[in-house]
Amino acid sequence: MSILVNKNTRVITQGITGSTGLFHAQGAREYGTQMVGGVTPGKGGTSIDGFPVFNTVGDAVAATGATASVIYVPPPFAADSIMEAVEAGIELVCCITEGIPVLDMVKVKQYMQGKRTRLIGPNCPGIITPGQCKIGIMPGYIHKAGKVGVVSRSGTLTYEAVWQLTGIGLGQSTCVGIGGDPVNGTSHLDCLRMFEEDPDTEAVIMIGEIGGNAEEEAARFVKEHMKKPVAAYIAGRTAPPGKRMGHAGAIVSGGKGTAAEKVAVLEECGISVAASPAEMAQALMKVYRP
Amino acid sequence: MNIHEYQAKGILRRFGVPVPDGHVCYNGASAREWAKRLSDGPWVVKAQIHAGGRGKGGGVKLARTPDEVRLIARDMLGMTLRTHQTGPEGKLVTRVLVENGCNIARELYVSLLVDRTTSRVTVMASTEGGMDIEEVAASTPEKIFKEPVDHLVGLTQFQCRKLAFSLGLEGKLVGKAVKAFEALYTTFLSCDCSLLEINPLVVTAEGELLALDAKFGFDDNAVFRHHKIADLRDYDEEDPNEIEASQHDLSYISLTGNIGCLVNGAGLAMATMDIIKYYGGDPANFLDVGGGATIERVTEAFKIILSDQNVQGILVNIFGGIMKCDVIATGVIEAARQVSLKVPLVVRLEGTNVEQGKRLLAESGLDIVAADGMADAAQKIVQAVAAAGEGRA
Repeated sequence: MSILVNKNTRVITQGITGSTGLFHAQGAREYGTQMVGGVTPGKGGTSIDGFPVFNTVGDAVAATGATASVIYVPPPFAADSIMEAVEAGIELVCCITEGIPVLDMVKVKQYMQGKRTRLIGPNCPGIITPGQCKIGIMPGYIHKAGKVGVVSRSGTLTYEAVWQLTGIGLGQSTCVGIGGDPVNGTSHLDCLRMFEEDPDTEAVIMIGEIGGNAEEEAARFVKEHMKKPVAAYIAGRTAPPGKRMGHAGAIVSGGKGTAAEKVAVLEECGISVAASPAEMAQALMKVYRP
Repeated sequence: MNIHEYQAKGILRRFGVPVPDGHVCYNGASAREWAKRLSDGPWVVKAQIHAGGRGKGGGVKLARTPDEVRLIARDMLGMTLRTHQTGPEGKLVTRVLVENGCNIARELYVSLLVDRTTSRVTVMASTEGGMDIEEVAASTPEKIFKEPVDHLVGLTQFQCRKLAFSLGLEGKLVGKAVKAFEALYTTFLSCDCSLLEINPLVVTAEGELLALDAKFGFDDNAVFRHHKIADLRDYDEEDPNEIEASQHDLSYISLTGNIGCLVNGAGLAMATMDIIKYYGGDPANFLDVGGGATIERVTEAFKIILSDQNVQGILVNIFGGIMKCDVIATGVIEAARQVSLKVPLVVRLEGTNVEQGKRLLAESGLDIVAADGMADAAQKIVQAVAAAGEGRA
C-alpha cells in the first residue's frame, strides 16, 4: 500500500507536447506508471509518441478516466492549468512547474476550497510509490518498494534520503515532494497524517528547510497524534538571515524560521533529527526497528 | 528585489497612498533647488541605500534652510553609511531624498504580506509605529492587529474600518485610513509584492495621514509581468557575483567562508553548506546550478565561484536525477581547464550515469578528488583546504 498514488492511478500530463512534459511522460511510462494521455490546448485530436492529446482537461478525463494530472506548463500559465484540473474533478494534481507568482497561488488556494482535488507542489519533484507509480521528475531507479514514507520540500535532498534508505536495504512506501514555495497545496502535516493512517507505512522521514513554520506544525502533530517513528533533517543551518536560499520559501526573516528554532521544536516533539544531511537514514534507525 | 525609498514613494503616490512631497537629488546644489521648490521648509534629507537603520547611522537629517539642505546633502553624498543591516563594510550613498518635514502627532505601523500559514494576503497594523515590528510582536503581541484578505473578494471596507478603530483613529482620520489601506492593497496586488511595509505611517498635527517610510519586497517569480519595476533594480546595491549569476540562471549567494560549493537543487545546496560547517569548514557561497545545467552553465558557475578571492577549495555535490552525471563531469573538466584551476577540487557524483561520470573524471588527468557520499566529500574538501592553508603558512 501507499498514500495518494498506486498501480491503479491513471495519469495525464498537462503540457505534454513541450519537451519537458513529453520527456517525463515517457520516463514515467517506462517506470510502469499508467500514463494515459495529455493536454495541450489547440492540439486536441492529435497524438504524440502514443499519448492521445486533448484540448482540455475535461476532455482528457472523459476519454481516459484519468484520476491524476501532472503539470509541466510554464510559470505564467501554470496556475490556470491547476484550476482547470480542479474544475475537471481530478483527484490529485501534481504541479512540477517552478517560478509561479505567489499571488497566483494565493488565488489557486482559495479557488480550491471545498473542492475534492489535492494539489502537490508547485515547484516540486513529484510523488512516487516505488514499483507502482511515478509522477514527476525523480530518478526512478534509486527507489525501492518498502515501508518508509518520505516527505520533503526539496527535490535533490529527497533523492539523498531515499538513496540512504535504499543503501541500507530500507524501501519506501511513498515519497512526496511538496515543493519549496511559500504557498503550496499539500503540507508536511497533511503527508504525516496520511502516512500515519496508511497501514503499510511504518516510519517516516521528513525533510524541511528554513523559513515559515510548517515543520513546527507538523512536529506538534507528531507529538500529539502519531504512533509511528519519525526522523527529520532541516536544511539551512548555515543560511544567513534575509537571503533567499534558492526556494522562494527558504528565507529567514525577522529572526523567524531559523534551522535552530525548528530543530529545537522537532526534538522536543520526539522526532529524531539528523545532525548532518548524510545521516538521515541513521537518524531514522535510532527510532525505528524494521 | 529591493528598491529605494524615493522609488517606493513614487509608486505609492501613483496608487493614491499619501506620502510627503519630495525629490531625489544627486548633488548639493540640486538638493537646495528642490528644497526651495517643495516648500518653505523644514525639510528632511534622507540617504538612499537598500538598508534599514539609516537614522541611527546618520543617514536621515533635518534641515531648516535651503542652504542647510545643500550642506547636509553634500556631506551625505559620497559617504559610506554603516547600519545594523549593511554589515561592517557599509554602503556608499550616491543619492539622497529631499522631502518636506511634517509635524508628527502619532506614529503607526502597517504592512501587507502573504501569510504562509493561511495562504492569504494579510494586512497587519500596529499602534507602535517607528519600532522594529519583530520586537513589538515578541513583547506586546496585543498591539498588533491582523486582517486576512479573501482573495476573491478583496480587502473590504469593514476590515479597513476595524483596523482604523483598533489603531485608535477617530473622526475624519478613519475615512482617510480606510482609503489609505485600500490604496495599499491595490498597490500590493498591482505590483506583485511579497512585502509592503509602511513604518511609520504618521498622523500629523494637522490631522493628515502620511506614509513616512516605505519598504517594498517584490516576488521574483512575478517580475516577468512588471518591466517598469524591474527597471528600478539598482545594480550598485547588489553583489556583482550575484548579478552575474542571475544572468546565467544560476542561484548564487555569496557568503564569508573559503569553500566554494556547486550543487544541483536548492535544498541539497543548503545541506551542502551545512555539512561543510558540520565538519569544521566554512562555505563561501550557496550555488544551485538547477536541474537542466549545461556544460556552459557549469563553466560559468566555476568562474563565479573562483572570482571570490576567499575561495581556497571547491566542492561539487551532484545528485543527478534528470541531470546526468556524465554531463556534469564533462562540464567540470571543461571548466577546470578553462579557468586553469589552482585550488583543491572535490567532486561527489551520484545518480543517473554515475559510473560514466566518475570514469570521465578519473581519465581527465586533472587533480580531482573523487568522493563517495556527502560526508566523505565534505571531510575531504575541509581537509584539503586546511592542508593547503598550512602549506602557505
